[in-house]
Amino acid sequence: MRIGALKDSYGADQALFDTAVQRLWLALGAVALLAFPFAANDYWLYLACLVGIHIVSTTGLNILTGYTGLVSLGQAAFMGVGAYVVALAETKLGTPFLLNLLAAGLVTAMVGMVVGVPSLRVKGLYLAIATIAASFILHFVFQNWTTVTGGTRGLSIPPAQLFGLELARPFALYWVITPLTCIMVLAAANLFRTRIGRAFIAIRDRDISAEVLGIPLLRYKLMSFGLSSFYAGVAGGLWAYFFRVVTPESFPFVYSIFFLAAVIVGGMGTILGGILGAVFMTLVPEALKLVVGLLSPWMPNAVALLSPVRTIVFGALIIGFLILEPHGLAEIWRRIRRFFHLWPFKT
Amino acid sequence: MPKARGFDGEENEDEDRVGRPQVAAMTSTGDAALSVSGLTLNFGGLRALSDVGFDVAEGSITAIIGPNGAGKTSLFNCISGFYRPQAGAIRFEGRDISRLHPPERARLGLARTFQNIALFRGMTVLDNIKLGRHVHMRTNLLDGLIYWGRAQREEIEVRAEIEERVIDFLEINHIRNHPVASLAYGLRKRVELARALAMRPKILMLDEPVAGMNREETEDMARFILDVKEEWGVTILMVEHDMGLVMDISDHVVVLNFGQVIARGAPAEVTADEQVIRAYLGAGDIGQLKARIAGTEAA
Repeated sequence: MRIGALKDSYGADQALFDTAVQRLWLALGAVALLAFPFAANDYWLYLACLVGIHIVSTTGLNILTGYTGLVSLGQAAFMGVGAYVVALAETKLGTPFLLNLLAAGLVTAMVGMVVGVPSLRVKGLYLAIATIAASFILHFVFQNWTTVTGGTRGLSIPPAQLFGLELARPFALYWVITPLTCIMVLAAANLFRTRIGRAFIAIRDRDISAEVLGIPLLRYKLMSFGLSSFYAGVAGGLWAYFFRVVTPESFPFVYSIFFLAAVIVGGMGTILGGILGAVFMTLVPEALKLVVGLLSPWMPNAVALLSPVRTIVFGALIIGFLILEPHGLAEIWRRIRRFFHLWPFKT
Repeated sequence: MPKARGFDGEENEDEDRVGRPQVAAMTSTGDAALSVSGLTLNFGGLRALSDVGFDVAEGSITAIIGPNGAGKTSLFNCISGFYRPQAGAIRFEGRDISRLHPPERARLGLARTFQNIALFRGMTVLDNIKLGRHVHMRTNLLDGLIYWGRAQREEIEVRAEIEERVIDFLEINHIRNHPVASLAYGLRKRVELARALAMRPKILMLDEPVAGMNREETEDMARFILDVKEEWGVTILMVEHDMGLVMDISDHVVVLNFGQVIARGAPAEVTADEQVIRAYLGAGDIGQLKARIAGTEAA
């Protein structure tokens, strides 16, 4: 029976995965991720890729909203910036795939920092409104800067090339999106073990004492905006390679709300929350679709009748989470872990 | 200006005229760790501080006392940089810091705690204390994202230092991994002190360190404050209402009333001061009270 984890160095105490059980689960998860594409069909691979892209973007928003406490409703517009950067780099410059993604991240980070400038003065709802304004401005630019963005018709992108291989089908893209998602999530988890991450949380919890401890608010808030937008930009770039056509309508305002909901449902200010939230928000509508499909043998017109109900059920699930589990799915996971901590001796 | 007040003001000015050259002389020898002179702060028409001046000798405990609303916390906020006084200078080891922002003052070695505990509720005790080391750490964004290598090395160094110097010292080993929100009031005060100490401050400003504590907790805190002064050589400036504590541990006392310094000196001198007694207990002379009220209206 495990009663505790003995550590004999500070390094071991500060490790991300500090017990053998955790490492075992991690290894099993990695094996599952490696085996998944060989077992799944194209539809499931499509969903897996989409989940990966959403995890990157949600983690980015979680850094800004969950950890730094700055509410942003511009995440989809930032993803749009990344997608357009990738589309332009791929079609006009023909630069390599990974470089394009990096460029998408960096350009979006700069846009994000500009949008973040008001954050020194305004907080909470006011900042949310400021980011909405910024996202509408970006949308306007996507639509009307026709010479660059192709206007409402948008831009189409040839399949990504990596090491001479064409990444056109979800099966191929899966092998790029999954590792990138893992790396970016791990990087975010790492950040919150260091002074920069702690400074973000300090700003969220008590900005006055953060200042007294020597944390310049504007610099760190802009850093958080920049980093969050970097994640959005990379996610947007992957999105562009995945769907291969970018139009202004690809990144509607509702999409920003989708990410904010994912952060809240998953659990604000936890890395696991960003992952679980993105998975939930992407897969639950699909699962509901599946349920409706299963009902069709008994109800011939189930699809037509139940499609609107599906949206209502999805909405009700989100509201249910907010009321019953304000700390999100991550909290539920923590409770499950505690339950099995001393199982079966104590429950 | 009414008589009573005018008298105070003149007295202060006289002292400052003598005091200022002394400050300059003192800084060359390094006697005054912190020196405040001519500090005046207005909120619209309200004068929170007027011509406040005093020196904090290096390695001493200086207490600021005064009735409620005397301007003690305003003074603290001026020194840590949240309020911009309309006039006056704040010198930190001889250097004028009046124009610096709070984070820059922190970098110089000015640490403070707050009256109504300002810990980061979402973090553990350990992370709160680590934040105190923030200004002395070098990890940048990229190092932080990669973690393994430079950032990890620095994290482990800081952890070791905090564990050995701060956590052991303040006897909070048992709660290091607890979330701050779950702690009792007295322990939170101690964690806030730990966070300030982690900054390795030169001057530590404590805003009511024992407010709301029971006798035992107060005694513990007094012991810690004295140990900080003696073992760490930190200069301490504190605001406190607990007169017992002030008289027991402070070397120098500054008394504020209505935003003005009405007395300063050793604890025994200050308690014997006529004006201090009047400020705390009230004066029998109705004429003086009238004059004072007329004075505040005029201001």
